[in-house]
Amino acid sequence: MSKALLYDSTVCIGCKQCEQACAAQNDLSYDDGIAGEEYQSAHKLTCVLTRGDKFMRRLCMNCEDPSCASVCPVGALKKTAMGPVTYDPSRCMGCRYCMVACPFSVPKYEWGKLFPKVQKCVMCPDRVAQGKQTACAEICPTGATKFGERDDLVAEARQRIHDNPGKYVDHIYGLEEVGGTSVLLLSAVPFETFGYRTDISKDPMPMLTYRVLSHIPDFVPLGGMVLGGVWWITHRREEVALAEAREAKTDKKNGGKR
Amino acid sequence: MARNSAFRLTFWKLVFLLLMAGGLYATFIRFTQGLGASTHLSDQFPWGIWISFDVLCGVMLAAGGFTLTAAVHILNIKRLHSIIRPTILTAFLGYILVCAALMYDLGKPYNIWHPLIMRNPHSVMFEVAYCVMLYTSVLALEFSPIVLEHFKLEKPLKFVRRILIPLVILGVILSTLHQSSLGTLYLIVPEKLHPFWYSPLLPVFFFLSAIAVGLAMTIFESSMSSKHFGVHLELPVLQELGRVLVVVLGVYGILRFEDLANRGALKLAFHPGYETYLFWLEISLAIILPLLLLMQRRVRSSPNGLYFAAVLVVLGFITNRMNVSITGFEGSTGVRYFPKWTELAVTGMIIAIGFALFGLAVKYLPIFPREEVIPEQLQESESDAPVGSPVLEHAGD
Repeated sequence: MSKALLYDSTVCIGCKQCEQACAAQNDLSYDDGIAGEEYQSAHKLTCVLTRGDKFMRRLCMNCEDPSCASVCPVGALKKTAMGPVTYDPSRCMGCRYCMVACPFSVPKYEWGKLFPKVQKCVMCPDRVAQGKQTACAEICPTGATKFGERDDLVAEARQRIHDNPGKYVDHIYGLEEVGGTSVLLLSAVPFETFGYRTDISKDPMPMLTYRVLSHIPDFVPLGGMVLGGVWWITHRREEVALAEAREAKTDKKNGGKR
Repeated sequence: MARNSAFRLTFWKLVFLLLMAGGLYATFIRFTQGLGASTHLSDQFPWGIWISFDVLCGVMLAAGGFTLTAAVHILNIKRLHSIIRPTILTAFLGYILVCAALMYDLGKPYNIWHPLIMRNPHSVMFEVAYCVMLYTSVLALEFSPIVLEHFKLEKPLKFVRRILIPLVILGVILSTLHQSSLGTLYLIVPEKLHPFWYSPLLPVFFFLSAIAVGLAMTIFESSMSSKHFGVHLELPVLQELGRVLVVVLGVYGILRFEDLANRGALKLAFHPGYETYLFWLEISLAIILPLLLLMQRRVRSSPNGLYFAAVLVVLGFITNRMNVSITGFEGSTGVRYFPKWTELAVTGMIIAIGFALFGLAVKYLPIFPREEVIPEQLQESESDAPVGSPVLEHAGD
């Protein structure tokens, strides 16, 4: 039911048509200068990296359980059931916690603007909702970027690795990373070559903070009770001391037997 | 005091005016040209000094508020009563300034109210936003008796005094939550933050260090006030705080090193390098030196010794917060961050405003105890004539 992208870098010819289609889809300008930039930015949501004769795409991984959506205080970033992780700029207040938290450092910021937005690949949610492919998959002339059901694409990636021994690194990047992502990558050379971290956790990141946060509803009444109790005890002592002193004084007045 | 003295340009007034001028110019740049033109922030380094210092350190430096209200009102330690007002004042000012700094840092500050209606309970930032908002309101109420007393508004004063204990309890809970949550913020970046500073115990470390800094700041303020505002120094009270500080620092230090050892990060501390130097700077300033000093009775009983140790603790934990939020990220991002002059100018202005407001409040409001309410006299009256002693009535602030 959930959609995904499978990018097979061994099929990619580095034509960068995906970059161009992405820019058009997101109303961003695109020219030769921008085509030469080999990094994602607020004006370039996906890029094709070149290392010798090898290529690799970078784009938002659209995680199954995304850190960005988990940390966003106002819910501007959301994981949709269809797969895309979407962004609503009208909710965003610009705290940039998503940029800090993203394990792939994907979200970028419009630093030059007075009313800035976060920018990232959102996996063409409108197209996906209409049953269409993402812009990058549709334009791809070689089928290096393929759009489809995530389960089907995982099976296909496994098949490709199995059928072509020695051709691929035996790793589907995005299958297990941070609990799985909606972008799956195949490569002939180690993923580190293109800056992909392979030491990344297999568990979804949001649990790291939610484990702590989820205790708050227990902590509040408990803390209130303990603090109130301590206050009761410490002030009761004082009342008792006062009352005893008062008694002693009345005793004295009444003849001073003690 | 001569009337025209208010217009004499003293050294500190000149410093204040210069900081204000620089800060206002930087403010102009920030709000006319945006974050890119006014900061050295980048896609690799989205959080800079406005978060590290103005927010993380700001909240930490204001922690005396909840520490001391808990000690006085919950634990009923009356000896500390005389310094509770300056501490609440510092905390209140601190939180107001943190909120002011956030207006600079947020990309769209006019949306700062969004967490009120757009909730994401899975977000630590959401929880921090709520706690800071609520706790600033609690501090305003805790501070209000000082103003109400000054203007002799008996009715509201009575009301605030009646709700004081629940208010204090609420304040302590909210503070515990968001002081630790500022550490929880960083739990989600295990592979980005350097192992010296990433720890599952970050919330505990942030909370314990907030208590230590709260105590240190209380010593610092009292000493400063006695130096500059001619307020009587409550040395025995400060000595007591110094003793508690030793215990808190000791617990923090042991936990910190146990944690480093358990995670296998301790051996990194002996490999020379940028992070290692800043790590040891932090550890020496925040833990080792103050502990060595404060464990000696000679230091604890001298006003200057206490003052110096408190300043070390404050500087040490400022270094800690900067390390967690800046130094610790420089390795994984491959970028060195140093604030732009505009970032420093805004921070400088905010600090200057803090000092100025503190000075004004001390001058015009009953912040420090006047002769008739100092606790020595309360103790005297207790031993002399306990009947009808004003002790209970006095719990109003």
